Amino acid sequence: MTTANDRPAGTALDFTPAPGAAPLSRMVAAQAGAEIRAILRNGEQLLLTMIIPVLLLVGFSAAPLVNVGEGPRVDFMAPGVLALAVMSTAFTGQAIATGFERRYGVLKRLGATPLSRGGLMLAKTLAVIAVETVQIAVITGVALALGWRPGGSPLAALALLLLGTAAFSGLGLLMAGTLRAEATLAGANLVYLLLLGCGGVVFPLSTFPDAMEKALELLPISALAGGLRSVLTDGAGLPVAALTVLAAWAAVSLLAASRTFRWE
Amino acid sequence: MDSPAVEIIDLVKRYGPTTAIDGLSLRAARGAVTAILGPNGAGKTSTIEICEGFRRADGGTVSVLGLDPARTELRARVGVMLQAGGVPPAMRCGEWLRLAARFHARPLDPQALLDRLGLAEHARTPYRRLSGGQQQRVSLAAAVIGRPELVFLDEPTAGLDPQARHACWDLVGELRAAGVSVVLTTHHMDEAEKLADHVVIIDRGTVVAEGTPAALTGAERQLRFRARPALTLDELLNALPAGSSAKESPAGHYIIEGQVGPELLATVTAWCAAEGVTADDLSIERRTLEDVFLELTGRELR
Repeated sequence: MTTANDRPAGTALDFTPAPGAAPLSRMVAAQAGAEIRAILRNGEQLLLTMIIPVLLLVGFSAAPLVNVGEGPRVDFMAPGVLALAVMSTAFTGQAIATGFERRYGVLKRLGATPLSRGGLMLAKTLAVIAVETVQIAVITGVALALGWRPGGSPLAALALLLLGTAAFSGLGLLMAGTLRAEATLAGANLVYLLLLGCGGVVFPLSTFPDAMEKALELLPISALAGGLRSVLTDGAGLPVAALTVLAAWAAVSLLAASRTFRWE
Repeated sequence: MDSPAVEIIDLVKRYGPTTAIDGLSLRAARGAVTAILGPNGAGKTSTIEICEGFRRADGGTVSVLGLDPARTELRARVGVMLQAGGVPPAMRCGEWLRLAARFHARPLDPQALLDRLGLAEHARTPYRRLSGGQQQRVSLAAAVIGRPELVFLDEPTAGLDPQARHACWDLVGELRAAGVSVVLTTHHMDEAEKLADHVVIIDRGTVVAEGTPAALTGAERQLRFRARPALTLDELLNALPAGSSAKESPAGHYIIEGQVGPELLATVTAWCAAEGVTADDLSIERRTLEDVFLELTGRELR
């Protein structure tokens, strides 16, 4: 009679030492793939990265809930929602995921593999950019269906998206590397809501008092949303002010994150 | 290849005002299994995490495969099993092993390793849904998948059921047979006795004894029995051959050491008859590492 214990112990394994690191490109690709699958598998993340932006885009474009000035509402909404999508992935999603990776010892364990910390950060960045690409494709598709006809320089828009991603990644990693995972979870969601409300995403900054408007324009979300709007909707050239604000946030936050990040 | 797997000289590690490791020195030979044995809080994990490059020493020198533990080239050559965690809870265990394999040039086949460790039917199960023993085996698998020269296992069998413990012991035996150096921590004496070529007993951050399990426990056997406490042992000591010893430790437990054989047994039982003592649980055994630890520190290991 055969029982579970009689089964052969599996394929013979040769434990003879044969150490060696894989090429960096293979390690980074593998880690980026794992990060992308983790983001796409996580229901809450998907809600944040895909469902909320699309609902906001459709809802606010269709119904006259806010006064967005001249022109079709979708012309105002689409760039704002693109900025929101970048923030949700690069900042909120990345901060929460990385915070819990730190808590569960995943960052520590990965530190004992041949994948270097630089390689890990590169993989995270690639994963964020890949998810953003999907978000931008979906949001643009929906916006086009709603009648959006973007103009302006695609390169200027790309520069804004990349600098925005850098700034939000820096802020997300700054939180994830210093706060407890639960505090990061709460804080990243709170900041997301605040910036959604006050960052010119769906409510124009002009609805705020003048003094406040000037201050709010310095937020990374306002710079990204406003910059994208000026390029894609108004066909403006390089939005220097917005790019400067984003570059400053990126430099400060990434520097602070690299100085303070705790891996365990 | 002449350098030992691990060489630690006068290691010191402080956490604030607490000195966790206080002048610890040890050497783990290549191709051997070295067990660091000690009670909780003795400094086992701090020591191994300094070797793994996770923590920096405050004093002394540590070399792993002849290199500073901070050297990145060691990451490919050394396999690590943390005491707990280290795997994303939502990740499927097969996916985690495939990822770990992709970091290495000539990895083991993840599926074969899952089969070998009895995890094949759980390949698609998220890590957090596995039992504690299954999670330990996933971590063990990830530690060896890159075909390392040296593996560090921090309490590899903590919380495992007996069957899973034996599976882990078998794997350590196979690693040793294949020429892999293994350094593990444990607070199970039987694990150290069974697995290790070399046992280092540490307590309060320093080495209190080391050697092969046989050398530590001694070739001598001892006779033990239980009887009413506070018997006078003078008569017995007179009757025993020279070089023997008799003591009561703890109360009501008697240990006779010396040339334990039929004659000594006869001497003890004759003395019992003369004294009117009924010896319970009379047995002849070897000293255990537990006894060694108790003698050295005056405390129980667990």
